[in-house]
Amino acid sequence: MDAPENAIAEQARHMVETVPQAAALGFKLVSVGDGRGSILVPWRADLVGDPATDVIASGVVTSLLDHCCGLAINSSKGERFPTATLDLRIDYMRPAAPRAEITALAHCYKMTRSIAFVRAEAWDVDPADPIATAQAAFILHGASAPR
Amino acid sequence: MSEANDRLQGFLASVPYIQFLGMRCELAGDEMTATLPFAPHLIGNTMLPALHGGVIGAFLEMTALAQLSVVQHTPKVHKTIDVTIEYLRPGRALTTYARADLRKVGRRIANVTVEAWQEARGTPVAALRGHFMLSGEE
Repeated sequence: MDAPENAIAEQARHMVETVPQAAALGFKLVSVGDGRGSILVPWRADLVGDPATDVIASGVVTSLLDHCCGLAINSSKGERFPTATLDLRIDYMRPAAPRAEITALAHCYKMTRSIAFVRAEAWDVDPADPIATAQAAFILHGASAPR
Repeated sequence: MSEANDRLQGFLASVPYIQFLGMRCELAGDEMTATLPFAPHLIGNTMLPALHGGVIGAFLEMTALAQLSVVQHTPKVHKTIDVTIEYLRPGRALTTYARADLRKVGRRIANVTVEAWQEARGTPVAALRGHFMLSGEE
């Protein structure tokens, strides 16, 4: 692994493991690089959204998708951009399986000087059968202002 | 205690994730206000510090579900179909409030908008528009 890749991995680990909300939810870094980021959240009894089924709350998936989008943005440049979510749209295709962990993968497919556009998906078992998809726009505070 | 308030408090108490967030709701007549006291585990940006965008989104969504539990006579949890969250200002390390507006409650689908604010209702921090699949009445 060369130096820039190390820097990206180090920063990604920091972002996934030390941000308080990410740590509280137990996020684990799966992969990062090339405008993409993937995070997993293990199932936990205190994160259940429907006590009748033991399925993880959609709110947890919201945090996971939002965080994963931020990871994808940071992975594309290898430098830390403080980002703020402008807009986040999430479609919930189906409930996750009971007591299932959830994995999300985000792709920052376009970045201007001030805005990043990101798509993300979340699944429980099979990436081809997502439980939720997201589309988001973020403002990049650290980026130089448009000329 | 009204029946509606019993359903609301029953819903809040039954969902573990609502306890994880630390969210509460109060019903005054037919008007519900949701409250999310600040807690360190809700932070997404330690530099500002600011609440995690996902936390704000989840709080808005849970407010919509709580408001639905007030008017729907079922203990079942309704299913979120989609949400669009608009972030207007950073959510600071303060108590956040939210109110939901049930724009339409049909037989199967409810259209809901929610707005969250901190120090002044006139300067909201975020808004949500969402569709929810209603669980059948028992």
